[in-house]
Amino acid sequence: MKRSILKPTHRNWLILALIILVAIVILALRWEQTVFWLSRYGIVLRQATVTGLLIGGVYGLVAMGLTLIFGVLGIINFAHGSLMTVGMYLTFVLFTRYGVDPYLSVLITVPVLFGIGLVVQRFIIHPARNAPEHNQLLLTLGLALFIQNFLLVLFTATPRSIRLAYGRGETPIGPFMIDFPLRIWGTTITLPKLAAFVFALALAGGLYLLLQRTDLGKAIRAVAQDRDGAALVGIDTQRINMITFGLGTACVGAAAALVLPFFFVDPLAGDTFNITAFVTVVLGGMGSIPGAMLGGLIIGLTQELGVVLAPSSIKLLGVFIVFILVLLFRPQGLLGVKS
Amino acid sequence: MTLLGRIPRDYLILIGLVLALLTLPSFLNQFQLSIAILILYWALLGAAWNLMGGYAGQFSFGHAAFYGIGAYTSTMLLTELGLSPWLGMLAGAGLAALFGIAMGYLTFRYGLKGPYFALATFAFAELLRLISSELKFINTSIGIHLPLTGGDSWQRLQFEDNPQNYFYAITILFFVGYLIKISLVHSKLGYYLQAIREDEDAAAALGVNLMRYKVTAVAISGGLTAIGGSFFAQYFFFISPELVFGVPISIDILLGPIIGGTGTIWGPLVGALFVTPLGELTRAFIRTPPGFLSFIEGRSGLDVMLFGAILIVVILFMPNGLVGLGKQLWARVKR
Amino acid sequence: MKPLLQVHDATKHFGGLTAVNQVTLALDEGEILGLIGPNGAGKSTLFNMISGTYRPDGGTVRFAGEDITGTPPHLICQRGLARTFQIVKPFANLTVVENVMVGSFLRRGRVQESEQRARQVLEFVGLSPYADQPAHNLTTAGRNRLELARALATEPRLLLLDEVMAGLTPTESRGIVSLIQKIRESGVTLLVIEHVMKAIMTLSDREAVLHHGELIAVDTPSEITRNPEVITAYLGGDHDAPRH
Ligand SMILES: Nc1ncnc2c1ncn2[C@@H]1O[C@H](COP(=O)(O)OP(=O)(O)OP(=O)(O)O)[C@@H](O)[C@H]1O
Ligand SMILES: [Mg+2]
Repeated sequence: MKRSILKPTHRNWLILALIILVAIVILALRWEQTVFWLSRYGIVLRQATVTGLLIGGVYGLVAMGLTLIFGVLGIINFAHGSLMTVGMYLTFVLFTRYGVDPYLSVLITVPVLFGIGLVVQRFIIHPARNAPEHNQLLLTLGLALFIQNFLLVLFTATPRSIRLAYGRGETPIGPFMIDFPLRIWGTTITLPKLAAFVFALALAGGLYLLLQRTDLGKAIRAVAQDRDGAALVGIDTQRINMITFGLGTACVGAAAALVLPFFFVDPLAGDTFNITAFVTVVLGGMGSIPGAMLGGLIIGLTQELGVVLAPSSIKLLGVFIVFILVLLFRPQGLLGVKS
Repeated sequence: MTLLGRIPRDYLILIGLVLALLTLPSFLNQFQLSIAILILYWALLGAAWNLMGGYAGQFSFGHAAFYGIGAYTSTMLLTELGLSPWLGMLAGAGLAALFGIAMGYLTFRYGLKGPYFALATFAFAELLRLISSELKFINTSIGIHLPLTGGDSWQRLQFEDNPQNYFYAITILFFVGYLIKISLVHSKLGYYLQAIREDEDAAAALGVNLMRYKVTAVAISGGLTAIGGSFFAQYFFFISPELVFGVPISIDILLGPIIGGTGTIWGPLVGALFVTPLGELTRAFIRTPPGFLSFIEGRSGLDVMLFGAILIVVILFMPNGLVGLGKQLWARVKR
Repeated sequence: MKPLLQVHDATKHFGGLTAVNQVTLALDEGEILGLIGPNGAGKSTLFNMISGTYRPDGGTVRFAGEDITGTPPHLICQRGLARTFQIVKPFANLTVVENVMVGSFLRRGRVQESEQRARQVLEFVGLSPYADQPAHNLTTAGRNRLELARALATEPRLLLLDEVMAGLTPTESRGIVSLIQKIRESGVTLLVIEHVMKAIMTLSDREAVLHHGELIAVDTPSEITRNPEVITAYLGGDHDAPRH
């Protein structure tokens, strides 16, 4: 039987391996310089790795929301980032007006964004279900424009941020007293970033369990896999669409509250997260939930390491290069299966 | 309505339209003429997008890539070599077409379709924006001012004394762009592209080389878009990565054809006729609102917010664009 | 005379499933070969390998003396081997004549000539009255004829038809049968997959029977109905046994 030895996908991995090999050989030949460079940049690299992973957790959470919506409804939600901005302003107002701790305000932003998601799906996305595919994309785009500029009218373009009263020096975490910022292995870890990472991972885990273990989760996955089949066994697919959209936007509600202590908010703040989320989702395989988290961590790393390694001052450059490489060599995503 | 009867009709419409356009400067004031210029300019860009996004069905969300290549190529050739922008335009179109071929080949080879393809085009445009923001020889993210030479010059495509010449210039470009579009749509290429849009497997089984025709569509669409970018540079006298490679350009380019009607000859023009004045009107409305709404006066963002809302409403109620709606109504009247 | 189409040892796997297993088959110029077999026997998969949609995992396909194994579908079509799809794929938003023009452009680059040819083909298959309607307006029978017309418009030497009578009434089927006979008279060789036994028995010169991916018999229609292996294959499945 005649079979080609190298399937296209194998060839890609081979090319990648070759590139890495060449890089190693070059490094080995210029060993002295490499050692010098590593000693000089060692700490910077480690710091970038840690920061990248921490922020990557939040990217993962945002991307999970996006990928969930894509997996079930088959649309790329361009308003995802703008909805996150809504959550960020909500957290901001709750904090400055009513003194609500941002980590507590998750309890408010999540249900509020969930509700907004339901409404958006019901009144904007659902009516266009039979229209050409690109119309839904444009609807989310129109929504993004609307939200961004609504927020611009309400809050102006001035970036705003909040400052936690705690998180510097000895801080009680449960029964322990921990000295923040943490210094581990030469790197600095601040409380807000650590908290964002931990909570993001916890919430992502919760969402994953919800999808895997509950009846609702099973119904959602059934609709994602085979809409008509799901309808035949009695699942109300439109209800699932709405809930899924709500869950997806609830993810950015949580992420919004988590990043505000170390980020700023302006009417376009969430869109930075949306762009990375696109990349993350493609990287992880569109529709794959664990892939989104993995992709988030990789993108966080790429972004931070890219800044250190390349002379570019632009964080996103490395991200987009990775994006295009993935699209070209592994369009089904890292964890996706080829259809 | 036979096909044989339809071919000359679009040409006739175009010629009649352009002849009518040429008389416009004697009726319109400065402001109205500037809107007319914008309409033709967006109609040209929309037509370019439509060849790829509408006819070939390859939805692009990154046409800013081609647009920016056009703007920067003609500008650099002008500032560095003193080359006429008309030649710069051709060079820009050529470069953008080459870029389109490379991008198309890479993405289609891996079978990217639908949302994946849209995201890929988006990423390519963003990549160009980020890279151009770093390049020293095009003055990084700061951008480039085009040299003002004063007076009118067709060769340098600058009209300080008689701005209506810009109108004639864009009318020429519009004419050429639509001529190319109409002749392509009514050729074998046009049929093949639509076949590919409708069903790739069926098209291939009828002897259509998918890769070749899809890449051709991207290249032509990209080249025409670049011409629009060059015109913008000449008209606005300033370009920057943010301005010409940014996401807003990609969005604005596709709005016209989507609202007018994708995959139709006149949809992009109809769309531009609708979208451009709408943008201007909302802006004017915010600038001088009626008395009872005086509190919104001059609020930045309100215009785009309104625009976003209108966009949503338009897409919800006219899923096939204005031309689609017109056809539907026409069919009902006939019955 | 050399056969027009020679399939040798063609094999295709899908994961663990062997959909087509070492099938060897030859078609002479001018004949109609019927390809039958129960659902899932591998008929369409074999078509896909011949027409270039799938690359065979093993074996070769020769057309008019040349090896076309693994050649992309558009090149195979250009050589004169056209096919229809079991699940019809009309270009729904184009008119009927425009659909057929996509086929006729293969041999004529100019729009007028292509349209002229397309209208002739539509006349031939009996779709002329619908020529200027959008393809999505057609009935099932109309769509099947359109599928045929498009393939014919590429002016093939060999035409592969995948269940062009599926979902039709007996009257409509008879219409297609006489159409296929007309096509053969115009000098086209045909390989026809069909479940409608009566039709395939009247049409074909020889019949090939696929079962679980294997070719179990190639013979004249009357011999095929007496072949015990074929009868068991059909009785094993829940399908009409071949009979007159
Ligand atoms: N793309 C594919 N991926 C996986 N399995 C496939 C694919 N195409 C066909 N098969 C499987 O291969 C087997 C043969 O399918 P095929 O479509 O060739 O049968 P067929 O003889 O045409 O049947 P029918 O009469 O129902 O059209 C079936 O079991 C089918 O499920
Ligand atoms: Mg079949």
